Amino acid sequence: MTDPVLDIRGLNKSFGALRASQDIDLTLHPGEIHALIGPNGAGKSTLIQQIAGGLRPDSGQVIFDGRDVTGLSTAARARLGMGRTFQISALAMDYTVLQNAVLGALGARGGVYRFFRPVMRDADLLARARAALDTVGLTEFQALRTSELSHGQRRQLEVAVALTLSPRVFLMDEPMAGLGADGSRRLMEMLDDLRAQAPILLIEHDMDAVFALADRISVLVYGQIVATGTVDEIRANAEVRTAYLGEEEDA
Amino acid sequence: MSTILLIEQTLNGLQFGVMLFLMAAGLTLIFGVMGLINLAHGSLYMVGAFAAAGVAAWTGSFVLALAASLVAAAVAGVIVEMVVIRRLYDRDHLDQVLATFALILIFSEGTRWAFGSFPLFLDTPDWLSGTVMLPFGIEYSRYRLAIILVGLAVAAGLFWMIARTRIGIRIRAGENDREMIGALGVNISRLYTLVFALGAALAGFAGALIGAIQSVQVGMGEPVLILAFVVIVIGGIGSIKGAFIGAILVGLTDTLGRFLLPLAFGLIMEPSAATSVGASLASMAIYILMAGVLLFRPQGLFGARAA
Amino acid sequence: MRRETLLNAAVLALLLAVPLWAQATDEPFTITLATRAVILAIAGVGLNVALGLGGLVSLGHALFFGVGGYAMGILAFHAQSYTTLIDWPVTIEGTKSMPVIWLVAVLASALAALGVGALSLRTTGVYFIMITLAFAQMFYFFAISWPAYGGEDGMSIYVRNGFPGLNTMDPIQFFAVCFGLLLLVLLIVWRLSRSPLGLMLGAARQSEARVQALGQVPYRLYLTAFVISGAITGLAGALFADLNRFVSPTMFSWQTSGEIMVFVILGGVGRVFGPVAGAALFIVLEHSLGGLSEFWHIYLGAILLGVVLFARGGLYGLLAGRERAHD
Repeated sequence: MTDPVLDIRGLNKSFGALRASQDIDLTLHPGEIHALIGPNGAGKSTLIQQIAGGLRPDSGQVIFDGRDVTGLSTAARARLGMGRTFQISALAMDYTVLQNAVLGALGARGGVYRFFRPVMRDADLLARARAALDTVGLTEFQALRTSELSHGQRRQLEVAVALTLSPRVFLMDEPMAGLGADGSRRLMEMLDDLRAQAPILLIEHDMDAVFALADRISVLVYGQIVATGTVDEIRANAEVRTAYLGEEEDA
Repeated sequence: MSTILLIEQTLNGLQFGVMLFLMAAGLTLIFGVMGLINLAHGSLYMVGAFAAAGVAAWTGSFVLALAASLVAAAVAGVIVEMVVIRRLYDRDHLDQVLATFALILIFSEGTRWAFGSFPLFLDTPDWLSGTVMLPFGIEYSRYRLAIILVGLAVAAGLFWMIARTRIGIRIRAGENDREMIGALGVNISRLYTLVFALGAALAGFAGALIGAIQSVQVGMGEPVLILAFVVIVIGGIGSIKGAFIGAILVGLTDTLGRFLLPLAFGLIMEPSAATSVGASLASMAIYILMAGVLLFRPQGLFGARAA
Repeated sequence: MRRETLLNAAVLALLLAVPLWAQATDEPFTITLATRAVILAIAGVGLNVALGLGGLVSLGHALFFGVGGYAMGILAFHAQSYTTLIDWPVTIEGTKSMPVIWLVAVLASALAALGVGALSLRTTGVYFIMITLAFAQMFYFFAISWPAYGGEDGMSIYVRNGFPGLNTMDPIQFFAVCFGLLLLVLLIVWRLSRSPLGLMLGAARQSEARVQALGQVPYRLYLTAFVISGAITGLAGALFADLNRFVSPTMFSWQTSGEIMVFVILGGVGRVFGPVAGAALFIVLEHSLGGLSEFWHIYLGAILLGVVLFARGGLYGLLAGRERAHD
């Protein structure tokens, strides 16, 4: 097996008496979608924040591309190639759709501290931004103010901004939340292709999507990973069924 | 340098700090409960001082004057809260700053229009004039000592109120979770008006107490307001305890800095240069203290979070 | 053409037409008023870089205004008294040359903004407001207690500083100098707002998490904006001191900070030309209301309150509609 792009080792995080992450080990290999599932309050967001850099773990390591990034800031990890989408859209709402995409391209290219050249005339950035918008199917909306987009379109834009970064790894926090059936299907097709570009750590509630897409699944319950395996293994895992899939399976 | 002088200056610093606490406590409560930054707090300080000076001139009673300062500032606070401030709770800090800056303009010019530009004077009553003998032969102003004691009593009362009374519980609940107290059926609107009036009354009371030491004039409130901000930055926002510790720190640093720095520079410089360098540095001392706190604890000494 | 562009042109044309008309009808005082408006506009444009682009509510911009003013005052004071500024390790003399004074004012206020910004930007929100206000007050008290340059009384500069080829004592020529600088500053800020930095800064204002996820550090973005902002306001301070031929601690006062912010708000936050309209409106109000009543600040306060409560977006919001997301 190839070396993992992302290697989480023994991560622990507590808030007072609440142990949000307990000895979490997790790997993400090139070319795969690794889905992280678990009931509400299982600590999925806490975990992704520790991986992306928003929270510092109490102990344990985050190894990214063979490098220990546990002590690095969010910005530094992003520069190393972590591309993140947010559960609650963190877009610049007053900007146009295109501006948000250019923002991503600018972040990826660097040269932010330039004071005088109009950024929205930069052919290089525009090409990169438009390509990403094209991929997610937002080209016709590029001149719209982001606050005027529908919920689903904002999700698509989130993914587009992450695309402009050409990251080494995608961290996606519930990208399908609130999407209609149509939107979900489109996004699934996209993610399916995307894994060839960079592996995806996918936090998702939509079980159909997870079982259709994921190469591997980890199940997080009360801050602990109770099982990791292929779709079939997870489906068959008794512990997962009782702890997570719950009574409806038993009934 | 005599020890007696040093103790006297320390007491002055304490007195200054206690006064700053009365200002800072109101500001920090109003921020903690309503999330509002109120630049017009200095105007309420001024309202208290003018009310006291006016009533003292009319009745000759210092106690009535103090009562008037509390009532006038609280009433002014209630009116301002109901007419303007209420509309600002949901606004961003910029709008709050601007609207309360506008209130300063209105209050200051209104007072100038009503009372003129000349300072008024509020005399300390006979029974608080002169000096008292403290242990170890220290002679100290009776009035300033009274301010310290009254200020400490108010501080103790405030701590007791917040910790023990029903209104205090609501205030603490409001600081923790604004939606929660609404859900619990507390009349938020009335709670907010009450907290604002309380803060206003404290500010007005401080204005009246200080008015008897300094002159009562338009614009007296804002320098104190800014000092109270320094206190809050040092103590941590929303914390009454932080406000108290911060106020005493600022009061002592400022007063002792003005006293000690020129003396200290006198050891290495000629007297006139030492006085001017010392005085200049002393004027910056509390801000340097603030910068130091920012370097090591940006959230303030007792601040839980960076707001 | 867009309404905002038209409005920009109208504001500049008006600001240019009034003094020219005053020159024709021999009303030097009106020229001075227009010059004041132009200089205060520069101060407001400076603040708007922090406030409008970066969302940094600085209530301490009087600090930079004052540093610029004192840079002019100190240099000119030594020049007019034929004394040296310092003798060691190198001899530095005063100067009466405007370009040199501007350069010093800009550098000094940028440096001040770097120091104050580095500390204040460790906090956000209401802390930032209180801290910037407090640092400006520190400079105010320092200026009062430092006797070398006039202390509380300030100091007078007897002859306005010189600009090569111009007679700056002639009001209209000094106006031209200031107006030229305003145009330059507007150009810089307009380009800045459309530059990579401007785009990223605006994004930080709207979502810090986004900017971090793009590999940027908001603190650095804000600090850069704060320094540029302070430098521009410092330039305005030097010009203001030259206009009055007088500097005093008042330039550092909290009222000055508040007024600079008022220019921005009256015009419209975040619009490059907003503070120009705001400063002009302020001067018009000051002049017309000041003629009506000695207590004109009451009316100013009422108007400001009205704008904040009912007409956010200021003059530009009323006349040019909602800000367009530019591309």
